[in-house]
Amino acid sequence: MDKSTGKQYKLIHCTVNGKEREVMVDVRASLTDLLRNDFRLTSVKKGCEVGECGACNVIIDGECFNSCIYLAVWADGKDILTLEGLEGPNGEISDIQQAFIDEAAVQCGFCTPGAIMSAVEILNEGRLLSDEEIRIRMSGHLCRCTGYENIFRAVKKTMLKRLEAGNRKQE
Amino acid sequence: MYDIKALYEAASVAEAIRLLQEHPRAQIIAGGSDVLVQIREGRRAGAELVSIYGIDALRGVTFDGEGAIRIGSLTSFSHIAASPIIREKIGVLGEAVSLVGGPQIRNIGTIGGNTCNGVTSADSASTLLAWDAVVELTGPEGIRRLPIRDFYIRAGVVDLRSAELQTAIIIPKAAYEGYFGHYIKYAMREAMDIATLGCSVNVALSDDRKTIRDARIAYGVAGPVPMRAPSAEAAAVGRPVCADTVAAFARAVLSDIHPRDSWRAARAFREHIAVELARRALTKSIELAGGALDG
Repeated sequence: MDKSTGKQYKLIHCTVNGKEREVMVDVRASLTDLLRNDFRLTSVKKGCEVGECGACNVIIDGECFNSCIYLAVWADGKDILTLEGLEGPNGEISDIQQAFIDEAAVQCGFCTPGAIMSAVEILNEGRLLSDEEIRIRMSGHLCRCTGYENIFRAVKKTMLKRLEAGNRKQE
Repeated sequence: MYDIKALYEAASVAEAIRLLQEHPRAQIIAGGSDVLVQIREGRRAGAELVSIYGIDALRGVTFDGEGAIRIGSLTSFSHIAASPIIREKIGVLGEAVSLVGGPQIRNIGTIGGNTCNGVTSADSASTLLAWDAVVELTGPEGIRRLPIRDFYIRAGVVDLRSAELQTAIIIPKAAYEGYFGHYIKYAMREAMDIATLGCSVNVALSDDRKTIRDARIAYGVAGPVPMRAPSAEAAAVGRPVCADTVAAFARAVLSDIHPRDSWRAARAFREHIAVELARRALTKSIELAGGALDG
């Protein structure tokens, strides 16, 4: 701890969207603070900041977490994926993002990055989920525009497309 | 930025105990989904924290030597629900913790935090009470174990001594073998909501499945802490498997519970649904145990 300011820092190492990072973090920072302020990853939204709305959702070691209630120091040694990490080598958007556009699952857009990261976690499992399972897995996001139905459709459509493409490859 | 005075990170249980001794006013933080929110609200602003989140030795579900199920206190709700041991032996615990908050909360929330916060509405608590779980606490004087019903003292207060932390929750073999259970959470929303009432029942039937050998029932939000309903249990044990037994069991819960009026629900409403949830949860548990009410 710095005695003159009373501030406490920790040097951490983590992987963010495939890049290895070393960064000095204030122990009071949330992971949302770290991702937005240090790495300018502004897809990570500050919504409720108490873990209820899901707008700050990111994937850590393959699982979804609300980064607003996750201490930045805990990111030490972790592999973190935000919406920005879905971008292709030439700036292309991913299939799930395109599906959100096609299904009009975006209106104001504030919940969208968080919701898409939950969809990515589901899609990465590479299995067929029932409608009920998709709804449960997407239930950690509050969306005041779309009424959820279009979000559900975008996730289901992408899941079916990916499974179909996987089956074709096997044949 | 959180209003945190200082943060001390422990990498082992021994280090956590040492840090808690050195900083007697520090609050333990596990997953943080309660503590960080309370800091944000101002209730714990300016707190010193001892983070135990990094102690990986406290994660996972295993069998111990005597066939008891040992759940490391930092095991997340989603890992409990996915555990093959939980699914096979006490599936109802996986179902109960799958009703906590939403998916992201279930990835960060821990079973230790859900019990140490002493909250009556905790979805894991009533099921752990109903399964006669044992809480393992580790402190400067070593390890002590106590039944979870003795762990709860009053609303928000548990029997956690100075510099002590909860290291595991244990379900003894005798408590789960032959038992089948069901949990019902009554809430306004299907996700991201706190239980208006939670009811967990389990039952063991006789070999011919005609008699209730043992029945256990516990509630959340039926009193200041999660509680068992012993009158209801007494009304069912040794009785024939039939609708009358289930009805008597459900009615008897009213002599045990004392819910309160709150902005979430009135006392009378909670009492009404307590009886109905007891009926439904016992009926379902009997079904799971292979019994039939009309047979």
